[in-house]
Amino acid sequence: MAEPVLRLEALNKSFGGLTVTSNVTFEVAAGELHAVIGPNGAGKTTLINQISGLIVPDSGRIFFSGCDVTALSAPRRAALGLARTFQITSILPAFSVIENVALAVQARIGSSFRFFGRASAEEALNTPAMVALAEVGLADRADVLAGHLSHGEKRALELAIALAMKPKLLLLDEPMAGAGREESKRLITALSRLKGRFPMLLVEHDMTAVFALADRISVLIYGQILTSGTPDAVRADPQVIAAYLGEEME
Amino acid sequence: MTQLSAPAPLPPYRDSILVHEILPIAIFLAFALLPVAAAFGAETYLLGLFMRVMIFAIAALGLDLLVGYGALISFGHAAFIGIGAYAVGILASHGIGEASISLPVALAAATLFAYLTGAICLRTRGVYFIMITLAFGQMAFFFASSLAPYGGDDGLTIHARNTIFGFSPFKYERLFYYIVLGCLAGCYLLCRALVVSRFGRVFRGARENATRMATLGFEIHRYQLAAYAISGALGGLAGFLLANATDFISPAYMSWQRSGELIIMIIFGGLGTLHGAIIGTLAFLLLGEWLSGLTEHWKMILGPLLVLIVLLARGGLLGLAAQVAAWWRRETIHSISDFTWTFGRLVRSLASSIGERLSFNGIKFAIQLFWSRIRG
Amino acid sequence: MSMSLLLVQILNGLQLGVLLFLIAAGLTLVFGVMDFINLAHGVQYMLGAYLAVMFYAVTGSTFLALVFALLAALAFGLFLEFAVFRHLYERDHLDQVIATFGIILFLNQAVKYVWGAAPLSLPIPEFFSGSIVLLPGLAYPIWRLVIIVSGLAVALFLYVLVNRTRLGMLVRAGANNAPMVSALGVNIRRLFMVVFGFGTMLAGFAGIMIAPILSVEPGMGDTILILAFVVIVIGGIGSIRGAFVAALLIGLADTLGRSYSVDILRLVMAPSPARTVGPAIASMLIYLMMAIVLYFRPTGLFPTKGR
Repeated sequence: MAEPVLRLEALNKSFGGLTVTSNVTFEVAAGELHAVIGPNGAGKTTLINQISGLIVPDSGRIFFSGCDVTALSAPRRAALGLARTFQITSILPAFSVIENVALAVQARIGSSFRFFGRASAEEALNTPAMVALAEVGLADRADVLAGHLSHGEKRALELAIALAMKPKLLLLDEPMAGAGREESKRLITALSRLKGRFPMLLVEHDMTAVFALADRISVLIYGQILTSGTPDAVRADPQVIAAYLGEEME
Repeated sequence: MTQLSAPAPLPPYRDSILVHEILPIAIFLAFALLPVAAAFGAETYLLGLFMRVMIFAIAALGLDLLVGYGALISFGHAAFIGIGAYAVGILASHGIGEASISLPVALAAATLFAYLTGAICLRTRGVYFIMITLAFGQMAFFFASSLAPYGGDDGLTIHARNTIFGFSPFKYERLFYYIVLGCLAGCYLLCRALVVSRFGRVFRGARENATRMATLGFEIHRYQLAAYAISGALGGLAGFLLANATDFISPAYMSWQRSGELIIMIIFGGLGTLHGAIIGTLAFLLLGEWLSGLTEHWKMILGPLLVLIVLLARGGLLGLAAQVAAWWRRETIHSISDFTWTFGRLVRSLASSIGERLSFNGIKFAIQLFWSRIRG
Repeated sequence: MSMSLLLVQILNGLQLGVLLFLIAAGLTLVFGVMDFINLAHGVQYMLGAYLAVMFYAVTGSTFLALVFALLAALAFGLFLEFAVFRHLYERDHLDQVIATFGIILFLNQAVKYVWGAAPLSLPIPEFFSGSIVLLPGLAYPIWRLVIIVSGLAVALFLYVLVNRTRLGMLVRAGANNAPMVSALGVNIRRLFMVVFGFGTMLAGFAGIMIAPILSVEPGMGDTILILAFVVIVIGGIGSIRGAFVAALLIGLADTLGRSYSVDILRLVMAPSPARTVGPAIASMLIYLMMAIVLYFRPTGLFPTKGR
């Protein structure tokens, strides 16, 4: 059994009197696409923020590729290969599309303390960036200002940025949020193409996407993991249906 | 991570070649030719004035780096100038007047101060950052004021300007002027290179979206600290030159009012363009000179002017110029294209009727071909 | 180091602290609720002093002068809010800094224009002049005690107002999340005006109270403004409780520091360097304090929210 790429051990987080993450323990195995589902307010985004390092858990541990990263800052975790997308698209609007991706390449390649030489003209950064852009279909929009892209294109850009990081694990925070049917279908196709290349943790509300993509599903209710298992097992689990799916699956 | 509330949108004129390449060249050319023009008038006064402009412009460049490109509003920037100046003054009072010692000391002192205070300041964000930079500026001010052996409140006169490897170029006003111009040009080119470099891209990205940069793998505060230290060094250089230019050091160089004036200078010209900092410094200092000649209460005019600029002229002089340029493009060029179109029609119909008269289908054809080439 | 000297200095420190609190309270409220950096708060303080002097010259009665000056200061502050500041609430902090800096330049010069550059003075009100013997060998000026007492009274009043009244609740809510308060149907403009007026009055009051003791001159608001900013940063922006604690802390630290720095340093070094280093450290002391506090608590001692 290969080492799981991500392992959460008894993660706890409270804000004031509100417990948002309660004793969360689960794993993401190498190569799998693991989905986390749950109703709004279940604490999905807080969980992702703790994994990526933007929020410090009150207790518990996070292991990434076997290393204990609980005390590491977000940049350090990113440098180890942890990439993420944001629920509300987070890009650099005043930079061009290719520069957005080239920055991710720059972060990966290292040595950003170079004070001379025009970064935007460096082939070593632009070529891998173009490759990533081509993957998501934005190659012909490379020189457009990222702020001028449509909503769907911005989502694709975020994906390209994550790809350029050559991640060991990709965290996806509700990528379908706010996407119409067409866009959702495109995203599902894109993600299924990426399946297998690297493991992904998909936090999502959209059940179509989840059941189309996930190898395993964990259900998060009120900050606690109710159950983890294959899509079929989860779909059939009476507890899950009662607590969550019963309302969702129409 | 330090980030302010939403940074102001980038001005659209950023990409224009005219602004980016030609304008800076024009500015430096103007500075270079000034002594020639000055020879016809009040030479010492003008040289002194413009030298002061260039010296403060060096410090303003450093500040523009922080504020314009990094959204780090440093309200204690005058401290770096003061530290550089005091390095010169203190060494001079102990008999050390050699620039090859004074300059590195001035730069090192300013950079060290920037590095140490920056490490603390950058742990804060928003208005806390502004306040703590202000506080450190005040600290430097009060520290200098309490240095009784070096003049304390009253300041210290420097009796001889720095020598460079034994030579005294600073004694000759014109030579000094060109040395300062050279320093300014060098700093400008340095800053330009910095801004487009890998480092600069990370630094600018941190201003756009610090969270995204962090999740890419960049430890933002390291880059911000480096930029802070660099801008401190630029301030130190300005201080070194200022001490030599005025033969005087005083805590007033580090007052918070001076820090405020530096911020005004970069706003005046247009934030985040580097040459805007130079233009702004020029405009501000010249305006001050002119106004103070009009009335002793000139600050009563400057004050409301600042308020108006903030309320109305966002983007400073360059922004204003860009708005004017856009208007000019819209109005004038449309008129020109209207004119050429009408003229073209005229020529075409004339040519056609001549062609018909002469029944030279060939000529008519040629003219129509020629015309379609022009329009095409 | 005599006991009575120490007591006098402690009282002086309290007096400075209370003064700082009066100014800082308005500043922190305005900042907390409206997210508005008001560098011109210091000139508000200066104006209070000048108005007191002016009304005394007109009425001959210090009491009337104080009352009229307070009202005039309030009126002027509201005028500034209406004419300039309310256009700046939406702007970013940099714009606010520049604009209020411009106001400082203007008012410092205007005051010089109207009243001249020479320092002015105001006599202490008859009833409160002179000293009172607190302990054998310790006489302390009554007016300074009045300042301390009135400052503490204002602090108490503010505490009750902010924590026990509906208006105070709105202010606290506004300091926490102004857009939300507005969305709940509260007239946020009027709330802003009330908050601003209050802050202005407090600063003017401070200036009026200090006028009999300090010389009234152009630029007197500038140094105290910086100190007030240090207070609110240490205390936590938006927190009146923080401003109170920090103000007293700084008042005491600054006063005692200046008086005893040389003595304290003489414990660890020779007298001669102590005499040069001492005052230097004393003047930097509060800034060092601020740096230390911000190093461990980047949003101050009593932060109101994650700003």
